[in-house]
Amino acid sequence: MPSFDLRTAPLRELNRALHALRPDTNETRWLIGNPDGRHAVAVGLDAAVSVEIDGHVGYYCAGMNKRASVVVNGNAGVGVAENMISGFVHVRGDASQAAGATAHGGMLLIDGNAGARCGISMKGVDILVKGSIGHMSAFMAQAGTLTVLGDAGEALGDSLYEARLYVRGAVASLGADCVEKAMRDEHRAQVFAKLEAAGLAGEVDPGEFRRYGSARSLYHFHVDNAGAY
Amino acid sequence: MAEHPPAPRTAPRLSATFTPDVMAEIRRAAATGIYDIRGAGAKRALPHLDDLLFLGASISRYPLEGYRERCGTEVVLGARFASKPIRLKTPVTIAGMSFGSLSANAKEALGRGATLAGTSTTTGDGGMTPEERRHSRTLVYQYLPSRYGMNPDDLRRADAIEVVVGQGAKPGGGGMLLGQKITERVAGMRCLPPGIDQRSACRHPDWTGPDDLAIKIEELREITDWEKPIYVKVGASRPYYDTALAAKSGADVVVLDGMQGGTAATQDVFIEHVGIPTLAAIRPAVQALQDLGLHRKVQLVVSGGIRSGADVAKVLALGADAVAIGTAALIALGDNDPRWQAEYEALGTTAGAYDDWHEGRDPAGITTQDPVLSARLDPELAGRRLANYLAVMTLEAQTIARACGKSHLHNLEPEDLVALTIEAAAMAQVPLAGTGWIPGKGLL
Repeated sequence: MPSFDLRTAPLRELNRALHALRPDTNETRWLIGNPDGRHAVAVGLDAAVSVEIDGHVGYYCAGMNKRASVVVNGNAGVGVAENMISGFVHVRGDASQAAGATAHGGMLLIDGNAGARCGISMKGVDILVKGSIGHMSAFMAQAGTLTVLGDAGEALGDSLYEARLYVRGAVASLGADCVEKAMRDEHRAQVFAKLEAAGLAGEVDPGEFRRYGSARSLYHFHVDNAGAY
Repeated sequence: MAEHPPAPRTAPRLSATFTPDVMAEIRRAAATGIYDIRGAGAKRALPHLDDLLFLGASISRYPLEGYRERCGTEVVLGARFASKPIRLKTPVTIAGMSFGSLSANAKEALGRGATLAGTSTTTGDGGMTPEERRHSRTLVYQYLPSRYGMNPDDLRRADAIEVVVGQGAKPGGGGMLLGQKITERVAGMRCLPPGIDQRSACRHPDWTGPDDLAIKIEELREITDWEKPIYVKVGASRPYYDTALAAKSGADVVVLDGMQGGTAATQDVFIEHVGIPTLAAIRPAVQALQDLGLHRKVQLVVSGGIRSGADVAKVLALGADAVAIGTAALIALGDNDPRWQAEYEALGTTAGAYDDWHEGRDPAGITTQDPVLSARLDPELAGRRLANYLAVMTLEAQTIARACGKSHLHNLEPEDLVALTIEAAAMAQVPLAGTGWIPGKGLL
């Protein structure tokens, strides 16, 4: 099992080695120690491997991830799993702002809280936050799901497109064009599936969540909506 | 008793403030309640490169023989940090324009033309199409706030990455692609429902400010194994500081777009009243690089109203390394061609003035997603026209450079230029013609 100590090995060496992995590699489990808040750890991966990072990471950890599973045993800085395409990213601590920004697919699981703009412009990713999320989360979110076991900050889902937001706790306020919608069986089933993927099946009741989505009133520019822009 | 002739009357006098254009816009605004949206760049008269002239060689300088002595045009972009910098045969590149705002045929034609000419072309907001990649030998992949269509495979397929902070037509503004142009394919690439207005954010979602930009650039380099040149594109507003901060953040190349630079669609008031002219932006940007000791190490690409080899030569003489063209390239493909005059008139405009690019009804088949209109543009023929135009621009620039005694376009310098107006002299920081006076700098 390859291991990297980022106090002694340069980050460039780590990312280069991860990028060089062949599809049939036997080196499927990687351990990374002492990230000490370094930025761009394990970015641009495109292999079905597991990477476990022991410590806190800086900006953009697991950015643009494809297929890989990346676990952070610590906190993550700005933009964890930004623009992820597929795979699984798990932050065992808290995540800073813009977690999962613009991500197209895969799953981002955050055990703690996430800061502002969680899921900003998300394009298909499933994000599940066990704690709470900050303000302006899911801003212009296009597709995917954002499931929050705790509370959501102000202006949730501002200028939302087709992403689905599920929040169990309180929502400080909704952003422009974001409205609460009825939770039907299909939505409870979707929440259950996300909880199951996060290892929470049976622990959390999908019926406790409320659903928020786009009112779709800003989909076509109209002068009568100018006050909402 | 004889009748008095009628007393002379005051001649009808039009206002210089409330011109017919202004009054028409007031009436339009009053009728619709919405600002005017259009494509292209600033249309008003601005201090421009036409206000500069070259001082050809005579006794104090000697020229190079026009058809005999070599005048190099090649340019290398991105050698500061990238292990695979871009090498172009001409310093005239094609600016970023999206599939979505342009038809697939137009994007293919841009790639074909650029490739024939030995230069690069650039994607736009909405991602990279396979056709565009296939037909572009050197393709710059834009990294925009919306991240529409952004994926790491295309990032690795690209030859360079351009982090777009802003553009000259609307520095500080985002974008809006109206639903008429959001076809199934465009929508699919952008992860949006077809037919809805698509907004493009004005700020990047996961970084703010130069310190973050440095980290973002580091991430992009790590993802692409430090192979690709990283450009940073800014709209011209505070070019000294923006260029300095982009360079300090680790950019290999700074792209500086003046207010004559075009857009697919934005508010007319934005296009005409925000940002500064290309002419005014170049010297502060060059100064910033010189102050950092990075001039010619970080390349400067200037765009916004570049039309001819003379413009190219002037921009390079002021210190840029290359130029980018957008609107001019579209015209070379066939945009606003008088052959479609009857159809332009049916749209309430005329050839040469058509700028409702956002509506998707372009008779020339360029700024549209309509399959019937798009089919009017033959990408091979249009690409050939673009290549011809690029060749002419390059030859024109060489002609001027040789006349100034320069063996490479990059050897042109401000000393080769004078200005026709005080404004141009001040902005370009070259003497007013016939004098040794540079406004703000005293006598030479």
